[in-house]
Amino acid sequence: MVENLEKHQGHGDQPLLIAEGLGKSYGHLTACRDVSFELYPGEVLAIVGESGSGKSTLLQLLSAQLASSAGSVSYRMRDGVMRDLASLGEAERRFLFRTDWGYVHQDPAMGLRMAVSAGANVGERLMAVGWNHYGRIRDTASSWLERVEIDIGRIDDAPRTYSGGMRQRLQIARNLVTEPRLVFMDEPTGGLDVSVQARLLDLMRNLVSELGLAAIVVTHDLAVARLLSHRVMVMKGGRVIESGLTDQVLDDPCEPYTQLLVSSILPA
Amino acid sequence: MTAMIDIDNAQKSFVMHLQGGIELPVVRGVSFQVEPGECVVLSGPSGAGKSSILKMIFGHYRCDSGRVGIRHEGAQIDLARAEPRQILSVRRSTIGYVSQFLRAVPRVATVDVVAEPLIVNGVARAEAREKSGQLLRRLNIPERLWALPPSTFSGGEQQRVNIARGFISDLPILLLDEPTASLDAANRAVVVELIDQKKRQGVAMVAIVHDDEIRQEIADRIVDVTSFAAAA
Repeated sequence: MVENLEKHQGHGDQPLLIAEGLGKSYGHLTACRDVSFELYPGEVLAIVGESGSGKSTLLQLLSAQLASSAGSVSYRMRDGVMRDLASLGEAERRFLFRTDWGYVHQDPAMGLRMAVSAGANVGERLMAVGWNHYGRIRDTASSWLERVEIDIGRIDDAPRTYSGGMRQRLQIARNLVTEPRLVFMDEPTGGLDVSVQARLLDLMRNLVSELGLAAIVVTHDLAVARLLSHRVMVMKGGRVIESGLTDQVLDDPCEPYTQLLVSSILPA
Repeated sequence: MTAMIDIDNAQKSFVMHLQGGIELPVVRGVSFQVEPGECVVLSGPSGAGKSSILKMIFGHYRCDSGRVGIRHEGAQIDLARAEPRQILSVRRSTIGYVSQFLRAVPRVATVDVVAEPLIVNGVARAEAREKSGQLLRRLNIPERLWALPPSTFSGGEQQRVNIARGFISDLPILLLDEPTASLDAANRAVVVELIDQKKRQGVAMVAIVHDDEIRQEIADRIVDVTSFAAAA
């Protein structure tokens, strides 16, 4: 447990990711504009907003999957050097995704190989970073499946045969096996039944805390933000209209739109 | 400057945009200091802004203006202007907050709810749970309840879980919002003992207590918040 604190205390005083004046336009349509923030190791930032607020576009920009029209995103690599994502070559970008970053899609089918076994889904991530000892790969894959509460007996089954909740948990295992420092999540509990969501959120909460992960979670669900994140940015019409600590923004909302969002949640 | 808390001219109002933009002033001109080992009790009628002041000290409410000086890791910082990560750091290692009503993450066992502040600071889970158990026992929460999430407990039991969570770490500042409100006489006495113990350890405390007897027992100083009432 103590190693995990030290893990992110190495560069703990310096930001892991910096966005400055980030924006994306498609002709006359501005999907998002003027986004600036710093993310530190071990911090979970939620980006909340309704459909069309620009939050998914922002996540794509932050994870270098979309080129920005304005501004920049910089990431502190494992060697401590701050790199502008726009300056990364294709090979470097793919390397980041294989090692330091995770990306959890809303639809697990987009983040898994559906026809290949669960064990292979996790194992191939290890192979991609040079592991070649079959026994160790399988052991590591098994222990991760256990960690995300998937029955070990299902290790050789393809995720095609899994329920939605299990597929999402497998996607998480596949992403975390390489010990990333930053995980991007796009509506990770969207489309799941309420009880399945709850179980998944509990799992994510524990893993993020145990592993000292930094995460950027896009969600329209304020309860997800409250449960998972330390900080939150509220987006509307492509802009960040309010940001702060999660408990500040949700319990002391200042902007009209934030007050509207918060008042729309059904009490537990 | 030895004060652990030094609030200077802090002000807070709410603007209710959903109700046509009505401005609800809460407090203004809030100024007081709290030294280590001192327990300052905020007094005033219901709705005067006592809980709001505690929340401003914790960084839960944002201040419109003024200064919330906190002694954190040997240096004075202004919580009203601090970066989010600084506030998180202050909450981890300097200020503990026992809210009026327990708000625990759902589906987490009581023993873990209480152990969490220690675990977050690097204490091993087993040791943290051990300490958690000791406090729960002292607050008369029976062991058969420890594995259950506190959401089904009575109000008084929830409040005791809340207190255990607030008192478990060695934080130099504690904010207590009605710690004895739902408790019977025996448990009120336990809480007073816990507060005394913290005082002897040099913890600076700000508390809201309606019960006159408890107030007598724990207050070193009383600050009447009606003097900070904002104009209606």
